[in-house]
Amino acid sequence: MLLIECPWCGPRDESEFAYGGEADISRPIDPDALSDAEWADYLFMRSNRKGENREIWNHQHGCRRWFVVERDTVSYAIRATFPMDGEGRSP
Amino acid sequence: MSQAFRLPVGGRIRRDEPLEFTFNGRTLSGFAGDTLASALLANGCRVVGRSFKYHRPRGIMAAGAEEPNAIVQVGRGQHAEPNLKATQVELQAGLEARSVRGWPSVNFDLGRINDRLGGVLAAGFYYKTFMSSAGSWHRSERFIRRAAGLGWAPTGSDPDRYESRNAHCDVLVVGAGPAGLSAARSAALAGARVLLVDDQPELGGALLACRDTIDRMPAKDWLAAQAAFLEAQPRVRVLRRCTAFGYHDHNFLSLVQHDLTDHAVVQRLWRVRAKQVVLAQGAFERSLVFPNNDLPGVMLASAVSTYIRRYAVRPGCQLVVFTNNDSGYQAAIDWLEAGGQVEAIVDCRDDVRGDLPRTAQSMGARILTGTVVAGARGRSGLRSVEVAPAAGSGVARQKLQCDVLAMSGGWNPAVHLHSQSGGRNQWQPEPACFTPGNPVQAAVSAGACNGVFGLRECLAQGHQAGQEAARRWGFEPAFDEASEAPAMQSGALMPLWRVPEMRGRLAASKQFIDYQNDTTLSDLRLALREGFEHIEHIKRYTALGFGTDQGKMGNINGMALVAEGLGKTIPEVGTTTFRPPFTPVRFGACAGGDVGDLYEPVRKTPLHEWQVENGAPFEVVGQWLRAHYYPHEGEDLETAVCRECLATRASVGIMDASTLGKIDVSGPDAETFLERLYTHDIARMSVGRCAYGVMLGEDGMVMDDGVMARLGPERFYVTTTTGGAANVLSWMELWLQTEWPDLQVRLTSLTETWSTIALAGPNSRQVLRAMGCDVDLEPEAFPFMTTRTARLENEPVRLFRISFSGELAYEINVRSDRADFMWRRAMAAGAAFGITPYGTETMHVLRAEKGFIIVGQDTDGSVTPVDLGMNWMMSKSKDYIGRRSLARPDCVRPGRKQWVGFRSLDDRTVVREGSQLVQGDTLEPPVPLLGHVSSSYFSACLGYPIALGLLNDGKRRHGEELLAVDAGGGRTRVRVVAPVFYDPEGERQHA
Ligand SMILES: [Zn+2]
Repeated sequence: MLLIECPWCGPRDESEFAYGGEADISRPIDPDALSDAEWADYLFMRSNRKGENREIWNHQHGCRRWFVVERDTVSYAIRATFPMDGEGRSP
Repeated sequence: MSQAFRLPVGGRIRRDEPLEFTFNGRTLSGFAGDTLASALLANGCRVVGRSFKYHRPRGIMAAGAEEPNAIVQVGRGQHAEPNLKATQVELQAGLEARSVRGWPSVNFDLGRINDRLGGVLAAGFYYKTFMSSAGSWHRSERFIRRAAGLGWAPTGSDPDRYESRNAHCDVLVVGAGPAGLSAARSAALAGARVLLVDDQPELGGALLACRDTIDRMPAKDWLAAQAAFLEAQPRVRVLRRCTAFGYHDHNFLSLVQHDLTDHAVVQRLWRVRAKQVVLAQGAFERSLVFPNNDLPGVMLASAVSTYIRRYAVRPGCQLVVFTNNDSGYQAAIDWLEAGGQVEAIVDCRDDVRGDLPRTAQSMGARILTGTVVAGARGRSGLRSVEVAPAAGSGVARQKLQCDVLAMSGGWNPAVHLHSQSGGRNQWQPEPACFTPGNPVQAAVSAGACNGVFGLRECLAQGHQAGQEAARRWGFEPAFDEASEAPAMQSGALMPLWRVPEMRGRLAASKQFIDYQNDTTLSDLRLALREGFEHIEHIKRYTALGFGTDQGKMGNINGMALVAEGLGKTIPEVGTTTFRPPFTPVRFGACAGGDVGDLYEPVRKTPLHEWQVENGAPFEVVGQWLRAHYYPHEGEDLETAVCRECLATRASVGIMDASTLGKIDVSGPDAETFLERLYTHDIARMSVGRCAYGVMLGEDGMVMDDGVMARLGPERFYVTTTTGGAANVLSWMELWLQTEWPDLQVRLTSLTETWSTIALAGPNSRQVLRAMGCDVDLEPEAFPFMTTRTARLENEPVRLFRISFSGELAYEINVRSDRADFMWRRAMAAGAAFGITPYGTETMHVLRAEKGFIIVGQDTDGSVTPVDLGMNWMMSKSKDYIGRRSLARPDCVRPGRKQWVGFRSLDDRTVVREGSQLVQGDTLEPPVPLLGHVSSSYFSACLGYPIALGLLNDGKRRHGEELLAVDAGGGRTRVRVVAPVFYDPEGERQHA
């Protein structure tokens, strides 16, 4: 059970949150400009890194905000959490 | 029966509280403060069970969680609990216990024959049985299960009650021995909120059997003072009978507490988030490996001391101690003080000079240095041991009479929780054990579980750990000092993983490493001969370390012997993975109170009461209870649904649609936002218009659908499927917050704020009129797919003229607290038209007659709107989520599954939902599966069964005949037809 620092509500149990996958994946501005392969890359391909990862989480049973979590996928240590567009906050 | 082995004085038992209990049907007595194990020993029960494979008689070896042999079934009927360790069962009046093994009885066991047939059941027996010819396991299973005997579980549901609680603390201290008590005290003095947990009924751990002094007072007085101090601290909570069994991420630990004081709840699961953790669980003594080391009477030395000093039980008369370190001498000292005879102390070391050996010697014990126990003898219990020189020196080979052998092979720190937390362990050559490496979470190990075994050192380390934990969480430690015990000299341990091989009968005798699984030295050697090298493989091949004790006693010996066989060092072989739980935990404790009716939340609509009054059976949809149908006297589901369908299409029906998800989407950018999420053109919707909307995933697959209404230039009212309500709101928030934070949109869930009453059928307009509707209901004034605010029965409502049945229909949205009133008034107003309440089943039939999909029933995440024939509602003038994916090669390939209808050729058979569609009759493999039936009903209005589903290239197959095959093998010939059966022109809904 991870302890996750919601940037708005503070530290809460993982069970209040929903995982949203890898962060920093932007929807292409003009999807039609992308080839099928490029679109498939946006759609399906994720880096699945071992170690430091940036991912998004939603405080689903709390303030319902999405935010960014920097988490180590080996140790599960959380280095920092950020609002979607803001400064980091260490747990 | 008298307690022949109970000492006349001493111990921590309460002699003024005698208790009667039964073991294997015999009535015995003990005292409050006993465990089942100590009471059995007091009564002279040497054989308490049979071993797993060989059915050898076994006795109690240990005094705690590491006990491998004394596995019992406690209680009877539904309260029975299998596979408990007698050493952990607190004695209670009327306790009923039985051995889980031994058939027909522990003293005469037919399975003993396995002992002679050892070769058949050697290492890898299970593995080979599973992996060889397919039927082998099935042939052997019944025999093995009965013979192995792992206790028997009650067949009904668990009548006991459990609860779970959350707790937070600054410092969690696990274990209340000398180190844990010191840590709890120093952390508490520093001001920290402390949670101290211990698995025993009383605090103290090793101190409960300790004869030393601390702070110049007897250990038991010091213990009483510490316990009193901690209990008096407002910021300290002490949990007894509480085992920390799991150390999870981010300092989250799970504990299970047995509650014998409050019989309403038998066990309590604590979920603890600790800022800092002090691990002080102590250590387990190691057994020694020698021939017949499993005879009843062979015990751990520390257990012998514990039974004497804590429980006032001396489990025999003549003792031999076999040790490779000083701590084994304590058993001899305690035995002598308790009036027993010590035949000899057999020490494999040549050089013995610690304080304990000196004390034992001064009390008259004979010490045989450089000597080992070469083997034990006896049939149903220990009669004698044979001693021999360890190497060159030592006494000549000879026999020593004894009925108890106290063995000590050194100590294994309880690194379980540290390992579970992600920490590694490191091998310490001195004193030959694994100790915790650097903590990876906010934890510190102290005392014996950290490889420190002297009382003085444990007190000091615990004190320091408590201060350190408090300091790390920002508390200033107080100027208190560690408690002190006298310094002790002790000699070094000499690792002894097995004794030298002897000639004669003992050479053929089994030498047990893992007692609970009957894993022997020769099993390990066989595994090595067969090429197993990795310790995890050897574990699975030989069963070393499986079982309810999880190798607490035998694992390290096993690893050392594997290392010896492979010519490697112990750290090179390494340990197997430590996983929760530390000791077995009941499923009931994990489930807590979340069972039966409380397993999952139940959502009821504001109209629930009326539905109950009117005899509706309920269907669970998501978490909602929805009325399934409304049977009249003598009706079953089928006849009720036929009546409801016919009445609705002929006059008017009424349904509770309150479970639909409802979201208010408002703000200057509401239109832009919805344009991006739904496939149809939102901008074209004028205020007051409704539209059917489909939402896609970015992969182009249908995710949810519903009707949305434009209530104003910047305000929309969006409905979702019942099951999708929460997901859709999260999905909207995801895009708003992550991708388009520039959009000014507010989302409000109104699912429970508004209730929805659907009126469907040609007379629905008349019912609204009869309810005093204040808006013009004529088709020109209030056309299909529009919405109006209105007053009904003088209450403000919002009316939607939309239809999920294909009839003239309205949905009344009313404040939930007025829903029941409104429904009852509608029933009264509709009485003149024979208004008929209908449930979800009729709703399904009516929508299927119209070919309307149910997301999640007719779609499964692999269906595009094009597959469903919804091209008409997909905008070509804007981008929306999922649109680009519809042009992916897989979405445009020919042959995709498409939405079609089916008619049974016999016009009688209702095809089972889930049936697969195939061509031809033979079903000779391979049979290509062409699609499946997702919805199927008997249509009372049409007079024949109808079905819907997805079929490869379905749009072009209308008219084809196929075979529908269900999971039970039923076959129905069907014809592919268009997926609209009723009123294909849609005239009725526009009436
Ligand atoms: Zn929050």
